[in-house]
Amino acid sequence: MNGFSGNIMAIGLEHYLLLGMLMFICGLLTIMLKRNAIGILMGVELILNAANVNLVAFNHFAYPGQASAVLLGGQIFAIFVIVLAAAEAAVALAIFLNYYNNFSTIDVERAQNLKG
Amino acid sequence: MFSEQNIAAVLFYVFAIIAAASALGVVISRNIVHTAVALLGALLGVAGLYFLLQAEFLAAVQLIVYAGGTLILIIFGVMLTSKSPFSRFEPKRIEVVAASGVAVVLAATLGLSIHRVAGKLAAVNIPTSRIYPIDQLGLALLGDYLVPFEIVSVLLLVVMIGAAYLAKGRRR
Repeated sequence: MNGFSGNIMAIGLEHYLLLGMLMFICGLLTIMLKRNAIGILMGVELILNAANVNLVAFNHFAYPGQASAVLLGGQIFAIFVIVLAAAEAAVALAIFLNYYNNFSTIDVERAQNLKG
Repeated sequence: MFSEQNIAAVLFYVFAIIAAASALGVVISRNIVHTAVALLGALLGVAGLYFLLQAEFLAAVQLIVYAGGTLILIIFGVMLTSKSPFSRFEPKRIEVVAASGVAVVLAATLGLSIHRVAGKLAAVNIPTSRIYPIDQLGLALLGDYLVPFEIVSVLLLVVMIGAAYLAKGRRR
C-alpha cells in the first residue's frame, strides 16, 4: 500500500486525513459565512473535531496495536481538546446570552460595540 | 469477501460519509436549528470513526460530552436567542466568493500535504486480540499527563464561575 494507489478496501492514514481536511474546510466556511454567532460556534466545533480525527488517526497508525501509557498521546490530547471545546462553548454561549439580553440580536455584523 | 478488513473498510466509508455530508450540511443550511442537527450528525460520524480507530473510550466521551452535553448547550443557546427581529442571516455574495476562494486554496494546500505524507505510514491490519487500553489511558492521564490534567480541572472551575457570572448579566 503506497499513497493513494492500492485497493479501495485498505483504509490507510490518508483516508482519515482527507476526512479531517474536509471537516476542517467545512468548519472554516461555516465560520466565514454564518452571521449568527451560534453558527460560528458550530464551525469552531467542526474544526476541533477535524483536529481530533487527525490526532487519533495518527496515534492509531503510528503505534498500531500497542496500548502502553506512553503511546497514547494522540488520544490523551483528543480528550483534552474535547474538554476545552466544552469549556469554550459554555463561555461563548454565556457571552452570546449576555449580548442578546442587551442588544436583542446575535448577528455578528451588528455586534460592533467592542470596535475601537 | 467478508473479511475483517473489508467490514472495517465498509464501516469507515459509512461513518466518513455521514460525517462529511453532515459537515457540508452545517455549511449549507440556512436555518440555525437545521445546522445544529447537521452538527449532531457530524459528531456521531466522528464517534463511529473513533470506534474504528480502536479509541473506544474516546468514542464514548465524544458521544456523552459532545453529543450529549455541548450540543444540548448549543441548542439551548439557539432557543434562548432565536426571537430576534433581525433573524435573517444571509451572507453577502462577496463574502461567499471570498470564503470559497479561501476554502479552495486551503483544500489544495492540505490535499498536497496529505498526498506527500501518504504512504509514509502504511495501512496496518487491525490486530484481533488486544488489551483494552482504558487502564493505560488512566495511567497516562494521572502519570505523564498529570500537570495538564490538573490545569484542565482548574480551567473547568474558572469556566464554570465565569460562565455563571457572564450569563447572569445586569438585571435592572
